[in-house]
Amino acid sequence: MKEFVTITIDDQEIKARPGEYIVDAARRNGIYIPTLCNMSGVKPAGSCRICTVNVNGRLMTSCTTPVAEGMEIETISQEIADFRKTVVELLLIEGNHFCPSCEKSGNCELQALGYRFEVMVPRFPYQFPKRDIDASNPKLIKDHNRCVLCKRCIRTILDEEGHHIFAFRYRGHQLQITIDPEYGMNMTDELAQKAAKNCPVGALLYRGKHGFEIPIGKRKYDKEPIGSDIEKLKKVKIS
Amino acid sequence: MNKRKILATTSLAGCFGCHMSFLDIDERILDLIELVEFNKSPIDDIKKFTKECDIGLIEGGVCNSENVEILKEFRKHCKILVSFGECAIMGGLPALRNTIPIEECIREAYLEGPSVSDSNEEGILPNDEELPMLLNKVYPCHEIVKIDYFLPGCPPRADLIWESLYALITEQEIKLPYEVIKYD
Ligand code: SF4
Ligand code: SF4
Ligand code: FES
Repeated sequence: MKEFVTITIDDQEIKARPGEYIVDAARRNGIYIPTLCNMSGVKPAGSCRICTVNVNGRLMTSCTTPVAEGMEIETISQEIADFRKTVVELLLIEGNHFCPSCEKSGNCELQALGYRFEVMVPRFPYQFPKRDIDASNPKLIKDHNRCVLCKRCIRTILDEEGHHIFAFRYRGHQLQITIDPEYGMNMTDELAQKAAKNCPVGALLYRGKHGFEIPIGKRKYDKEPIGSDIEKLKKVKIS
Repeated sequence: MNKRKILATTSLAGCFGCHMSFLDIDERILDLIELVEFNKSPIDDIKKFTKECDIGLIEGGVCNSENVEILKEFRKHCKILVSFGECAIMGGLPALRNTIPIEECIREAYLEGPSVSDSNEEGILPNDEELPMLLNKVYPCHEIVKIDYFLPGCPPRADLIWESLYALITEQEIKLPYEVIKYD
């Protein structure tokens, strides 16, 4: 197997590791492609589509597409910018996102993407779906109003014996996250905290912690856009 | 300098927090009154439009018949309408009731809620023609009339209000710094 493959991202030639996903290759080189459902190192789900880029003339999700020799990738264009904004807007109207009363506000990845792409108002009508909040688990509160169905909890939260704690249930627009009644009840504090942390939005809240602890101005995305850490990589590299 | 622009503001189903944030532009308000003249607005307490306005700032969403009326009046009298704040943009916290049938909301508020169940023995519901009718849900302003600009935030940051207003008044393009666009 070859040691590396050569691809171009936005006219920049990049050496990528064979088998590596486009999004990761880009990130290692200081190019930020927005992601929401994806977590580095975790098998991708490809559910949110925000990481869509143009690969050899076709739109593809960069978190699920491995690099291949000679790939020409475009991440900056009017089409892609509009696509990203559309995804954020659709997610915002599809659930009930009352940011002013959400504990995740300021640290929420969906909201941060909205800020980064300057979504002042979604172009689609708010749906106000009727969704419930499930507080039956002793460690976690599950708020379906805010869930973006990214599957991060399903993919990353397993107990010591390897049992999945989270799963999907129902279909179509009723699809929702559910917690295994047995394994969920025995979830450790660490695991519950990890679930709340891995959830990109405020859909999983850890009960052992007070909300709104970090003052406005000090939260993760208050001062710098999401992706800045990756883009800083580039600045260091060039100088 | 052209003649002063005319500004109108209102609070529909809002908490006046956006207006408070507006006042939070601090001493820049002195610059503002050089640039604009206020017409219908709680700031100068002019209750009815007496002039055609250049800019109308709308706080709050639309929850009752009076809100609809005022909003339409603003659209009629203002060249540019701006939704400022989460409530104007998406209904905000009042829109938490949007997933609950209106009848259930009224029952809870006047008949069954813990603070009213003992005190309203006759089960009186507010029903006077002086009172505006509640709408079935709380609507974002742009679902009722055309809105030209949107300033998010709960409340929108004073800097966002100032920068945007200044750009609109002076008819300049605007480049907003990252920190001022927030949904909370
Ligand atoms: S999950 Fe994020 S976008 Fe949704 S209400 Fe909370 S902060 Fe806002
Ligand atoms: S609960 Fe959170 S982590 Fe799980 S699918 Fe929903 S948004 Fe994703
Ligand atoms: S990040 Fe690629 S589809 Fe969600």
